[in-house]
Amino acid sequence: MDKKKAREWYIFIKQGILETVLILPALLVCIPILLLVTGGFMARDELREGLAPVFTGMGDYIQWNWMPNYPTFENYKSLLFETPQFFVLFWNSVKMTGCILIGQLLMGVPAAWSFAVYRFRSGKAVFTMYVALMLLPFQVMMLSNYLVLDRLHLMNTQWAVILPAVFSTFPVFICYGGFRQIPAAMLESARIDGAGELHIFWKIGLPLGKGGILSAMVLGFLEYWNLMEQPLAFLESKELWPLSLYLPEITWQQAGYAFAASVITLIPSVFVFLMGQEYLEQGIIYAGLKE
Amino acid sequence: MRRKVMKARLYFLAPSFLGVFLFVLLPFGDVVRRSFMTAITKEGAGIQNYRTIFTNSAFLLAVKNTLRFTVFCIPLMVALGLVIALAMGSIRHMQTVKSFYLFPLAMPTATVAVVWKMVFYEKGFLNQWLEQWGLLAWLGNGAAVDYIGSGAAFYVLAGTYIWKNLGYTVVLWLAGIMGVNGEMMEAAQVDGAGKLQRFWYVMLPNLKGSLYTIVVISFLNSFKIYREAYLVAGSYPHDSIYMLQHLFNNWFVNLDLDKMAAAVVVCALFFLVFIMLLQWLWDKEAG
Repeated sequence: MDKKKAREWYIFIKQGILETVLILPALLVCIPILLLVTGGFMARDELREGLAPVFTGMGDYIQWNWMPNYPTFENYKSLLFETPQFFVLFWNSVKMTGCILIGQLLMGVPAAWSFAVYRFRSGKAVFTMYVALMLLPFQVMMLSNYLVLDRLHLMNTQWAVILPAVFSTFPVFICYGGFRQIPAAMLESARIDGAGELHIFWKIGLPLGKGGILSAMVLGFLEYWNLMEQPLAFLESKELWPLSLYLPEITWQQAGYAFAASVITLIPSVFVFLMGQEYLEQGIIYAGLKE
Repeated sequence: MRRKVMKARLYFLAPSFLGVFLFVLLPFGDVVRRSFMTAITKEGAGIQNYRTIFTNSAFLLAVKNTLRFTVFCIPLMVALGLVIALAMGSIRHMQTVKSFYLFPLAMPTATVAVVWKMVFYEKGFLNQWLEQWGLLAWLGNGAAVDYIGSGAAFYVLAGTYIWKNLGYTVVLWLAGIMGVNGEMMEAAQVDGAGKLQRFWYVMLPNLKGSLYTIVVISFLNSFKIYREAYLVAGSYPHDSIYMLQHLFNNWFVNLDLDKMAAAVVVCALFFLVFIMLLQWLWDKEAG
């Protein structure tokens, strides 16, 4: 009896230690967020004083009151009500992310369905090509994208960012992972019952492949909300930029804006992350599926 | 009926394929063509552009740094991810803990950059903490280092990459571990294999497929570290983190399109060969 109890204790303690060690890196998530949130509530002078050493290199180390001396909504107020520029950029981000995701749904999902359901030899070659393209980083595709966009006179318009992303092959691969789960026999029996191909796609494919599609959307949102390389290369006018490029433009004297804007940029991502973590994980697993 | 099915698959694929053809394949062909031409006069230049880039010191530095970054980070992350995934498999609140590892993936780079500047600049938090704990004198001659503007930037960037992508790797490893046949593990146990033996002889060989995909995906994601590097350190950062991504971007801005075309072709070839080699190695093992 005693021996059993000792063993139980041993397991309990071991688990406790393991959990503590594993949860430690959570600090690396919590501290940055805490910094951003406290900074957002800090008064302008307090921020300037605390941050001056970092950005001017003079004086003592950075000073940070984890509890602001005079908490204020001033930063949010002036950002949201007195900086119309911020709204333009926020809207740019929403617009570009939205257009890209809708475009991927319209183009990518049917393509994934075609690869997953209709196996044929030439299709397999095309699919391999899609996978290869998905693995090339943006920097390798940048010049190709530019050549087309320039020819179509789309440079310095938001279409320059949207269109190439719509035809990204990554979401095709993720949705493919979801569609592959549907048993072929089910589709065959629907066909025998006289259902048309479009009908099968709509009534069987979409409902059952929902997981893959949502996974692609969640991964896509996190990627495109954070868009940097493409707008930096293809958008010259700053009023076309997304939020993700605006933040670094803020000088440290206006740090209050930077913190408030950071928190506002973060909110949609956190929301999607919390709502869609299951799909995020599923998407990562689909991305790792070997053909 | 067969004919109808064949037609349907084309209708489903066509919009996407046409887009990919127009936006990717066609211009890529043009890039290959341009890599053999001069930028302005568009005369045939043979392999001159290729010769230029391989003697270009910026290109060589960028290649060296990119390789160094990959060789340093990927094995570290693959191993760390496996250890964490194994440990995570045996705790009670796995889902919650996993969220913390995944969260950095959702943090927009611009917000990360704000925090990083506060932490890693010379008068930032890191040096402050090190001094408070008396580690500064012990580490480096007592002088505070600017972690972004010195060789330390490489490790800051490597750490950022691992911080950001560790959750991704852990999820992939966990999926791989779940996929290992439970009966096989039990059979090994019945046959008297110890914990370590079971791990080494049964679990690991079955995880080779996961390893392949994790390496490929980590490699792909390693290129996205440019966002952090750019926002924290700009277009011309310290030499230790001047990578291919910086170089491509700067060539693009300066319209050095001929050099860029040649470098694109070289890199694309390298990636494809690297991935095919990995896949071939893995298929050989499996078959």
